[in-house]
Amino acid sequence: MEISTVMKKRIEEIISKEKRIDDRELIESRELEIEIGISSKAEGSAQVKLGDTEVLAGIKLDLVEPFRDSPDAGVLTVNAELSPLASDRFESGPPGVKTIELARLIDRGLRNSECIDFKKLCVKKGEKVWSLAVDIYPINDAGNLIDASAIASIAALSVAVFPEVKEDKVQYGELTNKKIPFTNLPITVTVYKVDGKFIIDPTTEEEDASVARVTFTFTYPNEDLHSMQKVGDELSEDELIEMEEIALKEGKRLNTKITGLLKKA
Amino acid sequence: MTKEKEFKRADGRALDETREIKAKVGIIKNADGSAMFSFGKSKAIAAVYGPRVLHPQHLQNPEKGILRCHYDMTPFSVSERKRPGPNRRSSEISFVTGKALEPVLQIQNYPNTVVDCYILIVEADASTRCAGINAASLALANAGLPMNELVAAVSIGKTGDSFVVDLSKEEEDFTIMKDGEEIKAATDIPISMLSRSEKISLIQLDGKIKASELKEAIALAKKSCREIIKIQKKALKEVKDN
Amino acid sequence: MPYRRENYTNREDMKEEETREMPEEIDHEKSRDIVVPGEILAKGKEILPGEGTRREGEEIVSSRFGLLDKTDRLVKVIPLSGAYIPRAGNTVIGQIVDVNFNGWNIDVLSSYQAFLPVMECFGYINKKDLTEVYDFNEILVVKIRAVKPRSIELTMKEKGLKKLEGGMLIKVNSARVPRIIGKAGSMVKTIKDETNCNIIVGQNGLVWIKGERVEDEIIAKKAIEIISEKPFEVGLTEKVKEFLEKNKKK
Repeated sequence: MEISTVMKKRIEEIISKEKRIDDRELIESRELEIEIGISSKAEGSAQVKLGDTEVLAGIKLDLVEPFRDSPDAGVLTVNAELSPLASDRFESGPPGVKTIELARLIDRGLRNSECIDFKKLCVKKGEKVWSLAVDIYPINDAGNLIDASAIASIAALSVAVFPEVKEDKVQYGELTNKKIPFTNLPITVTVYKVDGKFIIDPTTEEEDASVARVTFTFTYPNEDLHSMQKVGDELSEDELIEMEEIALKEGKRLNTKITGLLKKA
Repeated sequence: MTKEKEFKRADGRALDETREIKAKVGIIKNADGSAMFSFGKSKAIAAVYGPRVLHPQHLQNPEKGILRCHYDMTPFSVSERKRPGPNRRSSEISFVTGKALEPVLQIQNYPNTVVDCYILIVEADASTRCAGINAASLALANAGLPMNELVAAVSIGKTGDSFVVDLSKEEEDFTIMKDGEEIKAATDIPISMLSRSEKISLIQLDGKIKASELKEAIALAKKSCREIIKIQKKALKEVKDN
Repeated sequence: MPYRRENYTNREDMKEEETREMPEEIDHEKSRDIVVPGEILAKGKEILPGEGTRREGEEIVSSRFGLLDKTDRLVKVIPLSGAYIPRAGNTVIGQIVDVNFNGWNIDVLSSYQAFLPVMECFGYINKKDLTEVYDFNEILVVKIRAVKPRSIELTMKEKGLKKLEGGMLIKVNSARVPRIIGKAGSMVKTIKDETNCNIIVGQNGLVWIKGERVEDEIIAKKAIEIISEKPFEVGLTEKVKEFLEKNKKK
């Protein structure tokens, strides 16, 4: 069901007063939990809980022929599946626009941040390279799927290892302890505009009440910006810069938090 | 008989022993009911939505509500990545899972509606359809639907000369050499049983056993399902701790 | 007992059945056991099988997952969860999802679509465009007039039924509604008094809260969520009162 007129007004009103229904600050996100290794069949996997939003991500490796125009580089594909398991707003069937956007957002963040060294995924130039498939599977949508999915992806990538290879064939089920060439976590933060104010990590209702959002992906400590995506109403230059500042600050905190959680996991 | 005593399963289990079972209810907040169930490394989660309006209208049944099961596997649940989307295997499993659960569900009083049950295999190590049925049975109960009894499922296998309970992938892939060729020699018999009447709601067989051995396989399954039902009951009663 | 497919348009037909509208019959403070489908609840021919149970020979068996309510004469299973089952006479809150020439399609969070015909509204409506009366996504408090095989028929021709403006709308598990209302409405009245809010609890689990200040509404919301999310707590009334006292001082 779409958000009711009554509730939309209330959320706008509360946020315009710089408060939120669940008592958070405008730029405060919900509690984050990361569990790694949720599928022993994956070369890397993770389950992320951001408040009530839960996302699974898994990494599968395979040996393939490289693309003609990059004979010594590995291949990356990012896929997402918005299963009706996670929300009554999702439908069965082929990926819709929302699913594709989610996958492409995560893909751009990973690719542009150069966190994966594609050259190190080359086995034999022109003949055999490693392909990395990142699969994102939300299992409960309670808002902010984009950021939760991004965290799940980098968590899974950070623990992913190469499988054994014998005579040019991948020996699935036999993992080496050699990690894939993944360094420098790309951190994704989406900032939402609700009634003239900016919030991060919205609940589903807050997302419904928002009029625009911008997704940023940074790496730290250099504070490089690798990708941006804006959706919704038009924004002024000042608004965009303010949103970037919010995302950059939250990203820094997230970077430290995620790094810490992954060390413990 | 000595042969049976000597037979050791690859993971050291007794012939009639399942892998470690974990079950938890109420894990997906958006759903009306949900659960997780795992046999060792075969892990399934299930989410139930409904009864709800069924679109399009021509699919509605004016006599009673419909149960629709949707079985799916994550691409990273299996050794070789599974391409996203339905395939023939998942369609078949969706169908038999629904048939296994229908007998206990009393949705004849909800005409024209649908109960959607989504099953997702997060990690697959054989017996996934059984893990799925067990998770779905818990999720349907958790959803508060009128249900006569619970449903429990387990796979019975035959590797070599002995029947074993809860096949692992290694056992499912058991092969023997025949005429210099490696051929598949394991039989897989998934069976589901109702908790009170102990009637069988699902039985499939894939392989080769003697006709006279079927009775033994069913008896073994029943014994195992009784244990699984105890675990399912415990998981439902522990919902207050979640 | 499952609802019957015939339309019952008046409350007389419902006298025999257990309905969720009579919380006075249930002692909410008692600690109860959770039971599962197929579980044996009682034995003997003298005990009657109530809602959520069935008789099989000598035994009374559970037909759902819920809380056991057992006396010497009657056994029933109180639902802990589950989609809302619409019944004639229920007051519910619904959201407009479609507007036709002769009425509105309303989502009441149930297994069926609900319809409010223009004729069932108060006063004379002479608007060609019904969205000028009630528009998409607005919410109304309505009564269920009849439950038919494919739809629920609604009415607003009763005191207290109206469009809801302002305030906030929350969703709770409809199985918890009797507890939120309390014995003779005592629980919801306590929350209303302590937070100075107007609260309407729909039988379908939608709750509307309107107060002088948004902060008061949020306190009422949290109090209701304590009840909705802790079905197993004994002494819930005390806990809610404590919470309201603590927050009153803010």
